Amino acid sequence: MGRTLSEKVWDEHVVRSAQGEPDLLYVDLHLIHEVTSPQAFDGLRLAGRKVRRPDLTIATEDHNIPTLDWDKPIADPVSRTQVETLRKNTEEFGVRLHPLGDLEQGIVHVVGPQLGLTQPGMTIVCGDSHTATHGAFGAIAFGIGTSEVEHVLATQTLPQAKPKTMAVTVNGSLPDGVSAKDLILTLISRTGTGGGQGYIVEYRGQAIRELSMEARMTICNMSIEWGAKAGLIAPDETTFAYIEGRPEAPKGADWEAAVAHWKTLVTDDDAVFDEEIVLDAAEITPFVTWGTNPGQGVPLGSAVPSPEEFDDSDERIAAEKALAYMGLEAGTPMRDIKVDTVFLGSCTNGRIEDLRAAAAVIKGHKVADGTRFLVVPGSARVRLQAQDEGLDIVFKEAGAEWRGAGCSMCLGMNPDTLSPGERSASTSNRNFEGRQGKGGRTHLVSPQVAAATAVRGTLSSPADLTLVEA
Amino acid sequence: MEKFTTHTGVGVPLRRSNVDTDQIIPAVYLKRVTRTGFEDGLFAAWRNDPSFVLNNEAYAAGSVLVAGPDFGTGSSREHAVWALMDYGFKVVISPRFGDIFRGNSGKAGLLAAQVDEKVVQKLWDYLEDNPGAPVTVDLESRTVRAGEGVDAVEDSFDIDDYTRWRLLEGLDDISLTLTHEDDISTYETTRPRWKPATIHA
Repeated sequence: MGRTLSEKVWDEHVVRSAQGEPDLLYVDLHLIHEVTSPQAFDGLRLAGRKVRRPDLTIATEDHNIPTLDWDKPIADPVSRTQVETLRKNTEEFGVRLHPLGDLEQGIVHVVGPQLGLTQPGMTIVCGDSHTATHGAFGAIAFGIGTSEVEHVLATQTLPQAKPKTMAVTVNGSLPDGVSAKDLILTLISRTGTGGGQGYIVEYRGQAIRELSMEARMTICNMSIEWGAKAGLIAPDETTFAYIEGRPEAPKGADWEAAVAHWKTLVTDDDAVFDEEIVLDAAEITPFVTWGTNPGQGVPLGSAVPSPEEFDDSDERIAAEKALAYMGLEAGTPMRDIKVDTVFLGSCTNGRIEDLRAAAAVIKGHKVADGTRFLVVPGSARVRLQAQDEGLDIVFKEAGAEWRGAGCSMCLGMNPDTLSPGERSASTSNRNFEGRQGKGGRTHLVSPQVAAATAVRGTLSSPADLTLVEA
Repeated sequence: MEKFTTHTGVGVPLRRSNVDTDQIIPAVYLKRVTRTGFEDGLFAAWRNDPSFVLNNEAYAAGSVLVAGPDFGTGSSREHAVWALMDYGFKVVISPRFGDIFRGNSGKAGLLAAQVDEKVVQKLWDYLEDNPGAPVTVDLESRTVRAGEGVDAVEDSFDIDDYTRWRLLEGLDDISLTLTHEDDISTYETTRPRWKPATIHA
């Protein structure tokens, strides 16, 4: 019987397999940041261990860092200590670091692909749940906890039970004005936050094939939001073209050998998935969340649902709690919801294509009175590229704030937070209670919807702007 | 890691589903570089609410948390497990856990016991009727027990064999893996030369 893509990648990384034990998997690339690594390095020191493969490890600073005044010492002393601890640890253990101010600094999941370190058929881990982003290249990539970070530092392996396999097949083409973010939010609203639990998911079908690499990253990034262990997409010419010529991509004969192998990384025709979900891309429309988990979403053109619409009692109670927290009433059209802050950025939607898409929408418009619009590029390189293209001018002329690179308001570990009761439209990945600041209310949206929302001050799609102009 | 065989302690009914790791400990509490002291961040957004279950004197010393489905979804932060353990929890019972949270629990020594949703419902009812009542969780027999007589709740729970064995023996994962260091070295000789490296000689 044939094998699925994820089974092929898995099998290539089994160091040891024994009855009754999880497989011991080799890790090709370990990404590190300041928040989930200090206790792991401490553990190494206590046990007198080294980093086994510093040459397969790379660190950057992203979660804690300010997006204003980043050339000055970090104002928050606790954040500063954490960042300085990363600097000391990477120096002591010989790990490559791209610190704040470095040209290659940025959100860890933007930096890996940008450097060409993320390649098909790899195993990639990071102490961050959005590591599945790298699955867009046909890699098995997943988030790990700090104990596992220490494990990988010490052994370059992880014991892992083999997950089940699932295919998400998206037939047809996405309509104009509908993005990868709308697609993944639609999927999560159907499966719920636990629907992918225990599975490695392969996204496939015509709509997926038609996506750019960056859009594929948006899809894979949110795999964890429906509980999947990892999400991946088979590599193809789009993938190879994206990687070729990047600083850490294979060169010359190595490139030829690598591509020859990568072309074998597809699910065999006779392979069987444990589960399959099929979506029709043509039915997908701009999609936004109303609640406090990423599964609580609806099409932008509809209204806030009523808890009574949910048959399951847990879901009904969760909906009641979410509406109370979000300060929303059932039946309110989503388009009538007024937003205080718009956040464009994160490992989900902080890449150059996301910035271009939002800039194209907002160009020639102004941010609505009483609304603030934060634009936070995913990396220093993305920031520079956007400036080369004049996107910063477009955003600034519209009245948006053009910031430095980092995780920023996605999780509010730095000064970019919502105040209690403040409502955001955010291109990030989580609308959990307090995620963007205590008492903050988050609606997850695409970059296009974010930009249109900034202009109108209420949740909006680009199509709404055209209507206004006419 | 300490060995875990059986534990009896005050059961805490947390009637919520989808308790993500941002609820267990918000990001602002993740800035410490130490491994201890995270109890102040546990359920931080709810601790000011007088009706929150841990603010009830009877449950305050709880060590067995009984939660709804999809507990520990979201972020990979192991700080969520540390915060629960630093507070005094030894066991979390739920019908379904976030994958990374469950993995982190097993590494850190917190028992994540998966039970049928009906069992959680029964435990909630029992613990609310009997505030401060103990729950016993036996890892050897994989059973959870509370109450006596007609009110008694007793059922089995799921945990994978490998994690159970490691918890029972109190074994450190890294030491176990390093017993297979030769296998790792052998594997490394087979890696293709075009695989990327972060440091170049």
